[in-house]
Amino acid sequence: MRNRPWDATLLTKVTLVFALVMSAFPIYYMFIMATRTNEDAVETPPPLLPGGHLGENVERLLATEDAHFLTGLVNSAIVATTVTVSVVLISTLAGFAFAKLRFPGSKLLLGLILVTMMVPLQQMGVVPLYELMVTLGWTGQLQSVILPFLVNGFGVFMMTQYTSQAVPDELVEAARVDGATTMGIYRRIIIPALRPGMAVLALLVFMQTWNEFMWPLIVLHPDNPVVQTSIAALNSAHGTDYVMLFTGTAASVLPLFVVFVLFGRQIVGGLMEGAVKA
Amino acid sequence: MTLQLAPPRQGSRRQAPPPRRMSRFDLKGVPYLLVSPYYALFAIFGVFPLGYTLWLSLHDWELAGDKTFTGLDNYAALVTDAAFWNAVINTLGMFALATVPQLVLALMLANALNKRLKGRLLLRLGVLLPLVTSVVAVAVIFSQLYSRDYGLFNWILSWFGVEPVVWQNEKWSSWLAISTMVDWRWTGYNAIILLAAMQTIPRDLYEAAALDGASARRQFWQITVPMLRPTLVFVVFISTIGGMTLFAEPVMFEGNPMMTGGTTGQYQTVAMFIVKEGFRDFQMGYAAAAAWLLFVLILLGTMINYGFTRRIRGAR
Repeated sequence: MRNRPWDATLLTKVTLVFALVMSAFPIYYMFIMATRTNEDAVETPPPLLPGGHLGENVERLLATEDAHFLTGLVNSAIVATTVTVSVVLISTLAGFAFAKLRFPGSKLLLGLILVTMMVPLQQMGVVPLYELMVTLGWTGQLQSVILPFLVNGFGVFMMTQYTSQAVPDELVEAARVDGATTMGIYRRIIIPALRPGMAVLALLVFMQTWNEFMWPLIVLHPDNPVVQTSIAALNSAHGTDYVMLFTGTAASVLPLFVVFVLFGRQIVGGLMEGAVKA
Repeated sequence: MTLQLAPPRQGSRRQAPPPRRMSRFDLKGVPYLLVSPYYALFAIFGVFPLGYTLWLSLHDWELAGDKTFTGLDNYAALVTDAAFWNAVINTLGMFALATVPQLVLALMLANALNKRLKGRLLLRLGVLLPLVTSVVAVAVIFSQLYSRDYGLFNWILSWFGVEPVVWQNEKWSSWLAISTMVDWRWTGYNAIILLAAMQTIPRDLYEAAALDGASARRQFWQITVPMLRPTLVFVVFISTIGGMTLFAEPVMFEGNPMMTGGTTGQYQTVAMFIVKEGFRDFQMGYAAAAAWLLFVLILLGTMINYGFTRRIRGAR
């Protein structure tokens, strides 16, 4: 049979090579620029091979006090880690209840989450959220960018689906007969079975939180930024120092790339599994 | 990663004899305790801001002063505010400019990834790399690639004798530049989601079509695309929310935090408009009203796209 659609044609291979080059090039370019000087950066054609100036670019970045880059990096790590741990915990608790426990109103409550996943809370609620933070005296402090991101309907939804498939009902029932409490079941049965799903959720939430830009830009002060707002400050105050800006940008995505390289297989698997359940 | 509500599977739970005194509470009360952290946070950081935004939108309030009830004045002013409509048109324009090519490319890419190939995992990781790159980083990289004097794009255009373009200056060029940022980051992700759905299409369908002499192209349009409809709806839905709230790319592209989106607002989006009104000009009530209109815009966008995607099935 000549026209089986799953045999790779030349067009397929060209498409894929093109896609890979297009995906990788801007990232490669960013790392190249981080190792160059500003004189190299303004050449045409732009440099496409690494230079030896990474060290001095990093030094200049750290010496640029108004960007508070290191503070931003540490703050982002704190914020993203706290949000990730909390969202995973909140989501597994709720997911367990929705998937394996029977209680009046559970369908309604779960449905409510799905409806609200449509609402971009951080964009729509900026004004009241800001007033709330002013009232609490939290503007400029990290809790102001942690707490609003703990509301993550996607996490609850994902863990509900994952729990209903990863844990057989019989196991829960057997534990009940043995006299286990609900929390005992959560600790001894649910959590061990959920580990792979929790890992994928953790990675997605970490990436999402690390990327947040609009709300931190509004509520944090320039001297105590997260990494994204620190880059925005670099961009507006030192935008002509291309290589320093690119060094900061490269440093801001490096943690995500490390995670992606280590857990890439699980991330792809988790994304694809989630999609099939549609 | 899905929208369709698959109600959680609930097995037949036989009545186990309660072995402890705690059991009644354990069965009836604990489930509510388990879901309560989410709803408590949701009430404070979800319901309250939305409701309060609506209330604020009916008031005149400049951050420091009193809140004066003005009814629908904010909305009436918004509807006649040319700057607001400019932001709406920019947002919709960039959304369309970004989404249509993105979907076509993602479909092509998913189809290619669905073939029998070596190094599948590596290919999939490769196309997901842009998603891992943060939005701000994407905007920094592309803004440099689009710079007037030293940018790669203008250098390539110069081969064809095109004069250097100042990409920020015009509507068409800034929209194009910002749309490519969105496309670069999201095409691979959409392709992976579509690929996952493609792999659930039964191969018999293709076998049968091939026996009937249908070409690969025909099979793609008559089997693959119609079978992908629910996933396309999902992908378009995600793109709609992302597109209507577009913020980081245009802000970084502008290069300063003024939120004006260029000298004449060529690429000011609705999200930028809200931040500018609320946090630059301190018209909080006005910003709140704009936030509600943004929500209406998202709802409309979702409905229009849903209708549009539905027609795919009919288009043969």
